[in-house]
Amino acid sequence: MAKITYGDHHLQTEDGESVLDTLLRNNIDAPYSCKAGVCQTCIMQCGSGNLPEASQQELKENLRKQGYFLSCQCYTDNDLDIKLPDSDQLFVSANLIEKETLSPTVVRLRLQTATPLYYHAGQFINVKRADGLIRSYSLASLPSEDNLLELHVKRMDNGDMSHWISETFNVGDSIEIDGPVGDCFYSSVTPSVPMLLIGSGTGLAPLIGILRDALHNNHIGPIYLYHAAFTEEELYLDIEIKSLINNANNVHYKPVVTKHMTEDYVVTGRSCEVALVEHPDLKDWQVYICGAPNMVKFMQQRAFLAGASMNNIHTDPFESKELRTEPRDS
Amino acid sequence: MSTLFEKIGGEAAVNVAVDIFYRKVLSDDSISHFFETTDMAAQHAKQKSFLTMAFGGPNDYTGADMRKAHAPLVEKGLNESHFNAVAGHLQSTLEELKVPADLIGEVMAIAGSTKDDVLGK
Repeated sequence: MAKITYGDHHLQTEDGESVLDTLLRNNIDAPYSCKAGVCQTCIMQCGSGNLPEASQQELKENLRKQGYFLSCQCYTDNDLDIKLPDSDQLFVSANLIEKETLSPTVVRLRLQTATPLYYHAGQFINVKRADGLIRSYSLASLPSEDNLLELHVKRMDNGDMSHWISETFNVGDSIEIDGPVGDCFYSSVTPSVPMLLIGSGTGLAPLIGILRDALHNNHIGPIYLYHAAFTEEELYLDIEIKSLINNANNVHYKPVVTKHMTEDYVVTGRSCEVALVEHPDLKDWQVYICGAPNMVKFMQQRAFLAGASMNNIHTDPFESKELRTEPRDS
Repeated sequence: MSTLFEKIGGEAAVNVAVDIFYRKVLSDDSISHFFETTDMAAQHAKQKSFLTMAFGGPNDYTGADMRKAHAPLVEKGLNESHFNAVAGHLQSTLEELKVPADLIGEVMAIAGSTKDDVLGK
């Protein structure tokens, strides 16, 4: 049991609950999204008190030194004095330069920041709306080739942010962004190994960045890209991919349409199983799996059992805050 | 005079062994349900810690830690047959890596010494 001081609030944690749980239980509107220690939306700052290792281990060194921590991963018996980070310490302003509809549900955003962001294609950023809502989106752009940050946003049935982006966020508007975060990006250390890129929905966004990064680095090994989408229309980069790989003999692209698969098959994450059927031995391969959490979890385990080393399996599961099963009313 | 950990190959040996060992465990239907998790990378890290300890390497494990960590599994029915299955996979991993029999014996003795703590006896 720990005493948590948050502004004027004096709270007590209960056994087995994280600091985030404590805040939410006390009806405090603390930011969060994935509750899995991945998205970093719940980042807070500790003024005094000892933080557990697990609440800081994903953060960069300079943030750790300043007492930043992830409230969803903070389980402690130590008293803590905490606050939300000052916005300008973590977030920078970004302007929307381009907005393009890529499919009935997906838009492409191109954002500009005042100073260039240092990132690897495939990492993600946190986007913060004026009212404080924060969500994570992966980067499809390549810093060496693009001046603007590229995001692919799918309008989710549950999605407050994605609906706002789709309907209200327009060219010329600005938002705040934080990051980059994540380790799902290309490494040029092994340019001749085979690469397996597996994505569902807008999981394609980081994969396109990673693919372009590999080509930019003259990756010699074969690269196999699988993109799963509900319908043909939702293979939202089909033509662009084909054009991109026209001159790249080592890249092989297979679109997968899932609408005729059984619900059970898709819900258990098997929509991209064909990738493993076609490549049953993944020893020494670099594997990238991005998109729906069920699919990522299933494919990660299967890729590991197929011989890929755990270190060579890079995942970017799109954990979302609300997993409602019905579409929004409006 | 070198230690077991040095003789077996230290951290490099752990890194080679862990993938093989973890794959065997996940592929064994009699125990795989104890390893159901949303975070494979974290569990992989735990397997590395376990192997480091079993190879005589530096570790923070106490008997109490092992007890506490496995207590929820004991609640779910973890028993000696499961423990033996995991130990068997450790042994076959070392045999696959052609570790000398005497070193395998030492590793299996260390692993075996955790039984009461793991099973909460």
